[in-house]
Amino acid sequence: MPEETSKPLIQVNGLYKVFGNDPASVMADVRSGMSKDDILAKTGHAVGLKDINLDIHKGSIFVIMGLSGSGKSTLIRHFNRLIEPTEGSITVDGTDVMSLNAKGLEQFRRHKMSMVFQHFGLMPHRTVIENVGYGLMVQGVAKNERVQKAKAWLDAVGLAGYEAQYPAQLSGGQQQRVGLARALCTDADILLMDEAFSALDPLIRSEMQDQLIALQEKLRKTIIFITHDLDEALRIGDYIAILKDGELSQVGRPEEILLKPADDYVEAFVRDVNRARVLTADVVMKPPACRLTTENLNEALKQMRGEGKDYGYVFADSDYKGIVTRERIQDAIEDPSPNADLSELAEAMPTVQPDASLEDILPTSLEHPYPLPVVDGDGDFHGVVSRKSMISVLTENGETGESDAA
Amino acid sequence: MADASWLSAFPAMDRSDLLAIRKSLDGGYRAFSRTYGDVIESIFDPLLQFLVWFERLLLDTPWWLVLICVVGLVYLVSRSWKLTVGVMVAFMLIGYFGMWENTMRTMSIITVCTLLSIALGIPIGIVMARSDRTQTIVTPILDVMQTMPAFVYLIPVVMLLGIGKVPGVIAVVIYAIAPVIRLTNLGIRLVDKEVLEAAAAYGATPSQRLWGVQLPLAMPTIMAGINQTIMMALAMVVIASMIGVKGLGQPVLKSITNQYFTMGLFNGLAIVALAIMFDRVSQAYARRTQKHMKGGNDA
Repeated sequence: MPEETSKPLIQVNGLYKVFGNDPASVMADVRSGMSKDDILAKTGHAVGLKDINLDIHKGSIFVIMGLSGSGKSTLIRHFNRLIEPTEGSITVDGTDVMSLNAKGLEQFRRHKMSMVFQHFGLMPHRTVIENVGYGLMVQGVAKNERVQKAKAWLDAVGLAGYEAQYPAQLSGGQQQRVGLARALCTDADILLMDEAFSALDPLIRSEMQDQLIALQEKLRKTIIFITHDLDEALRIGDYIAILKDGELSQVGRPEEILLKPADDYVEAFVRDVNRARVLTADVVMKPPACRLTTENLNEALKQMRGEGKDYGYVFADSDYKGIVTRERIQDAIEDPSPNADLSELAEAMPTVQPDASLEDILPTSLEHPYPLPVVDGDGDFHGVVSRKSMISVLTENGETGESDAA
Repeated sequence: MADASWLSAFPAMDRSDLLAIRKSLDGGYRAFSRTYGDVIESIFDPLLQFLVWFERLLLDTPWWLVLICVVGLVYLVSRSWKLTVGVMVAFMLIGYFGMWENTMRTMSIITVCTLLSIALGIPIGIVMARSDRTQTIVTPILDVMQTMPAFVYLIPVVMLLGIGKVPGVIAVVIYAIAPVIRLTNLGIRLVDKEVLEAAAAYGATPSQRLWGVQLPLAMPTIMAGINQTIMMALAMVVIASMIGVKGLGQPVLKSITNQYFTMGLFNGLAIVALAIMFDRVSQAYARRTQKHMKGGNDA
């Protein structure tokens, strides 16, 4: 997850876009809450975006999701002002994008933001290496430096050796890699991706998603990603905004969208999502019901009875040690040999990583009768995942059952 | 009932009124050409100089040198041996039948007309592509230029500039420029929006977008326009010969008036041969330079 600085890198405030001959004249109607269809019928103007407010933090992948006609492609074109808004402001890293003049806007586009397009937007008359270096060429960077840099990025996306080819000679997936390399080649902090993977077939698409995630691990860009595919949004997004008819329905983290849909529209959307793949252990985990920190066996037994459980998780000096059953403690108490303390009795059981998907956890959890402990790479204990809590998020909307077995 | 005469004959304007209109228009234009004729002629003077120089160049150079240059150029541009040999054979035949000099004259005027049409037409096409308003104004003008019988606009040109090469070139250019304008406009408008958006998104200036994206991507269409322009210029050769443009058109004109069938046929065939050469060579060039834009793995 990206670290959140206090001030967002990109702020969108009260953005409106109306298409038509005289957009300003219908703004009153738009603000009064008249519906899109009524405004179109009355004035012949189409409302593209309505009162969009977004905060996008540095280093995150922010996904804007919506169906066709929802205005998502219109919205992303406002960030670099390929489309002028009717009203509202966009501030990027302290710069008010709307106040830039033509020269300022060119500089802004050259150095602050780069863009990846749905149908790649490559120049068919230029070779792959020239396409990748296009942003630098526009900036007037010398050819040697340009080619060198373009080559490095072409390598980074796995297309070394294709320098002299023309885009038409490449497959769709390869072309989009060129598009991605071109976007990265300018070293802009912000990447706009307009349905970048939508035109690719499913296998290539997931490959590209993996590549993007892998690159993002290293580069920590701020990525604004447009998609109509919720699975894609959930897979790559740190935050997701759902756009419907030019209005934002919900903005939040993927699990918030899945588990607490803001309205019927979002709910209908998330209904068919494979939650097991999207949700991770840290979303469904709970604190363990029975947390044994004592070394005294009798005390532990008493605590278990008090909680009504016949097992507990053993901690020593707040380090997780393992799991112990009531039976085992009782046996140890009856056993005359001395010196048995709790952490010695604790048995190891499989643990899961906080970011493991439920899909990966489910098979393991079926083999073990007790909730699986969630332990991260440093050995820190986060909570437990029970079968019941998993089933409840996988089958029911929202509510994770409170009366958990853990 | 004299009043009902409009039922049988169209209620036309009075003959004396019509005469007055004609007189004043003709008189006005004549006065205009008398006053400004010399000035306008001097404007076209450099063009005339160039035309004469270019014609002399083609005529004074030994025929074999011209042939080598032309054939070499054809090969460089088309990279096709078949086409190159074909052009050579055609020129040999033309020369053998005694039409070398006229062919050189026609080639020189066609070349100049084509270059002039491109130099004027492409910028006009670009302006048209940039603004819908310009397009709505220019399109009907182009329609008129293409459909108005050539003789009609020959009249004012001849009145203004007399007969000779320059009015001939002007007449040919007026007739032949339309396709290159139209197709430049169309080609630029058809450029993939996303590619253009990509250029803008990377901060390309308007001129970087024009030279780096729009014109190269519109090139196939523009080339088709240039090709059409060349063909139309050749079609005008005979008409231009009526106002004193020398070349293959004059023998054809002579053949019409004197009913020399064979002479007309030979010179006509020479024009056809020139047309086919220009057409094939320009198309081969277009194909060769745009091959990689279409895909395939043969680069």
